[in-house]
Amino acid sequence: MDKIPILKLGNILLVTIQIDMHDQLAIALQDDLTARIVSAHAKGVLIDISSLEMVDSFIGRMLGNIAAMSQALGAQTVVVGMRPAVAITIVELGLPMENIQTALNVERGVEKLQRAMEKYEKGTPR
Amino acid sequence: MSQKEPETIEIKISEDILRARQSVRTCMVDLGFSLIDQTKMVTAASELARNTIDYGKGGTMRIEYPAEEGRTGIRLIFLDHGPGIADIQQALKDGFTTGSGLGLGLGGSKRLVNDFEIRSEPDKGTQVTVTRWR
Repeated sequence: MDKIPILKLGNILLVTIQIDMHDQLAIALQDDLTARIVSAHAKGVLIDISSLEMVDSFIGRMLGNIAAMSQALGAQTVVVGMRPAVAITIVELGLPMENIQTALNVERGVEKLQRAMEKYEKGTPR
Repeated sequence: MSQKEPETIEIKISEDILRARQSVRTCMVDLGFSLIDQTKMVTAASELARNTIDYGKGGTMRIEYPAEEGRTGIRLIFLDHGPGIADIQQALKDGFTTGSGLGLGLGGSKRLVNDFEIRSEPDKGTQVTVTRWR
């Protein structure tokens, strides 16, 4: 079965979704990513969806789940690169995106992630 | 433009959702729909194909090319012989689901297309027809 690669850059995990995912692949990514956050001691997750030609409610739910699961494990998530046609479509579809942090591209996503990670570290009592 | 033939695709397993999306995308590109129209219709197809599997226990998607009053379009007909929908008005409401999803499939798809028609009979099945005009 195909697998979506997860790259580690410092304390950030980078996931670039480059294929149209079937449901099992989306679920596998969710599982792989949560396991990897723990094993890599990651503090941030960046998901690049610039290759995705469509986001339906299933993929939207997966992105929301990843953000929530990462948060539970002490990592922040930012989704980057959403195409304009996809953005228009998910708004009409009614997909709730308020729990998902987004940025225009990978560069801005990394900046946003770093700020979120710093804020989280400061707010966490040791 | 050459006349396209209607086709019917089986919707039984989750990989079929992917095939449905790809078929709709290809047809819409061939018909010259805009990128936004393509994205909306492909997303609606994905939602409805998933409903066909999750609630209808599998079925088919038929692609047709209607032409009327000087306009042409693409029409998708999702048919299943599952348990049917007891209360269609309730099923169309955002957030309502008898499954584990977000409950956006039917109501959301309706907003992404130009024409939306649903027929359902308990224990007989459900037919959802969506059309997007050029």
